[in-house]
Amino acid sequence: MRLAYYPGCTMKTDAKNFDESTYSTAEALGIELLEPTRWNCCGTVHALAKDNVMNYLAPIRNLIRVEQMNEAELVDDKRVVTQCAMCYNTLKRANAAAKADPEKMGKIRDFMEKEPNYQGSVNVVHMLELIKGLGWDEVKSKVVTPLDGLKVSPYYGCLLLRPREYGIDDPDHPTVMEDLLEALGAEVVDNPYKAKCCGAYHAVHMKEVAADLSHRILKQAQEAGADIIVTACPLCQFNLGDRQREIKKQHREFEGIPVVYYTQLMALAFGKEGTGFEQNTPDPVPVLEEKGLL
Amino acid sequence: MEENESEMVTIHVMGKKHEVPADLTIMKAMEYSGHQFRRGAGCRGGYCGACAAMYRVKGSYKLQGALACQKIVEDGMYIAQIPFSPAEKITYDLSELRPDANTFLEYYPEISRCLSCNTCTKACPQDIEVMDYVQASLRGDVEEAARLSFDCISCGLCAVRCPAEIVPYNVGQLARRLNSRYVIGPTEHVLKRVEEVEAGEFDADIDELKRLDRKTLQERYESREVKL
Amino acid sequence: MSNGTSGLYFTFKPENAAFKAKVEELSGENIDLCFQCGACSSGCPLTGEMDLLPSTVIRYAQLGMKEVLESKTPWICITCFNCEIRCPRGIDIANVMEAIRETVLRTKYDKFTLDELTPEELRELPQIAIISNQRKLTA
Repeated sequence: MRLAYYPGCTMKTDAKNFDESTYSTAEALGIELLEPTRWNCCGTVHALAKDNVMNYLAPIRNLIRVEQMNEAELVDDKRVVTQCAMCYNTLKRANAAAKADPEKMGKIRDFMEKEPNYQGSVNVVHMLELIKGLGWDEVKSKVVTPLDGLKVSPYYGCLLLRPREYGIDDPDHPTVMEDLLEALGAEVVDNPYKAKCCGAYHAVHMKEVAADLSHRILKQAQEAGADIIVTACPLCQFNLGDRQREIKKQHREFEGIPVVYYTQLMALAFGKEGTGFEQNTPDPVPVLEEKGLL
Repeated sequence: MEENESEMVTIHVMGKKHEVPADLTIMKAMEYSGHQFRRGAGCRGGYCGACAAMYRVKGSYKLQGALACQKIVEDGMYIAQIPFSPAEKITYDLSELRPDANTFLEYYPEISRCLSCNTCTKACPQDIEVMDYVQASLRGDVEEAARLSFDCISCGLCAVRCPAEIVPYNVGQLARRLNSRYVIGPTEHVLKRVEEVEAGEFDADIDELKRLDRKTLQERYESREVKL
Repeated sequence: MSNGTSGLYFTFKPENAAFKAKVEELSGENIDLCFQCGACSSGCPLTGEMDLLPSTVIRYAQLGMKEVLESKTPWICITCFNCEIRCPRGIDIANVMEAIRETVLRTKYDKFTLDELTPEELRELPQIAIISNQRKLTA
């Protein structure tokens, strides 16, 4: 199956390990991911002001690319799959809002004269939805190294589950990551903060606030006995992982815990390359070696 | 003898109406109507980027960018020159930089404000895909940014129009510099030739040329073989 | 009868109506539906940093009181939508926060400027962080 894949800027740089493990695990599951030839930054957050049209140009432009891929028969259906939770939320919401408001869609089309009109045919899906659609048995069948003895705490973040209308799962009791991890053979550890905000963009100029929110999440996971935490968003990864040094400054007693993208664990379990653990901070390799998985 | 009467068109230059021959460029038309260029004119060959101009044509709301020395006037054109677009000259030491996205963010963090609106591309008189090279820089794709911005002459029209207050031509220049230095690397054939010159391999030929008379030199030049 | 020392007596004037209408227009939310149950505030992860609770911000908006534009709360809001999923009346409180932010930002005011970041921070931060921060906090 060939599907359009929209990576987003950060996936090509700071979250390269997320991008590469996405490609390798998709391949294992029989999905060929194809990026549009010219794509641009989606805008990362959906513009909530109802009169705003400027901020729709970026996501809609990407959806036009997907429509073009469809017309050129480069892909097998009208879905575009994303991994970055923020890109998922932005593209999905912009798509829905433009389709629902013909006046807005008209303005967007008028402004983007050099582009073909967006027909509104694309559906935005997140990779987790896609995997769930394939069935957990399918996932289990690809596992070469079951993640035995690894206690994993899934962390959803905000934009994958909220607002309710656009979430991929129940925002209060999501299960998709848990099901996936169990299919990979891991032991899932519940964290009541699994869908609480990590601090997101406050990492830029309200660092302490973001560090505090992230600390709460990490501490809960540790208290529940987790060995490792998985994320689905490069910003969550940054706040929970790379910023642990900042967290330690405010909470002296905090001991680090590795944080990885869920596809990295999938790649490990499937025996595929592209696990990309060398890019993660803190280093997850010691814990994984200790469990005999590496 | 019949005088070649060219068709005349009406243009407005910075608000003042003039009748000018229809086959002139904006720059020539402005000089025809009595303007003297102290700024906003350079090579007159479409290469230096000094003569950036903006215009609208009567009956259309579209605001267009052009190079005054290249663009032929149209009837009903309303013209203004943009001799300079204000931008800080950011200095960096190329040898200390890395060809990645965060280098662009460090020196031009405003690229993170890019809305992908494409206004820059619409303003460009060189038909460059400006938005695409800014986006390529944001992604850290130095090669693509350099490739797309190759024809840029830093005329400044994109910077004047950008709603996110980015100066695209500066970003493109950094991309091309990083590309040459770190992606393409040193041009071996040039370095080799320099070595050959310094070793005196061409000294005899140059001495011979210096002793030739003008006529022979001209003949030689006109019949030279250019190897591509 | 108070002589105006407390905010107990409030007259809803045309400018209050105008501000309220603006907030409703920008957010697309019917803020009159709010009956101040406080569910949004209880779910909000950042109330510790805020000066007004989210439900209080809605109350100010209902009364069209422009003082809310000076509150820290809309800038502390991280747009996590925890409030949206909890509201029993279906109001998206995050939308209202954004409407208030936009009202301020559109007066040529930037809550955040890139100059505040050091070169080290610009090297460290992923694009996703810088871009989203600016989309919410700058004009």
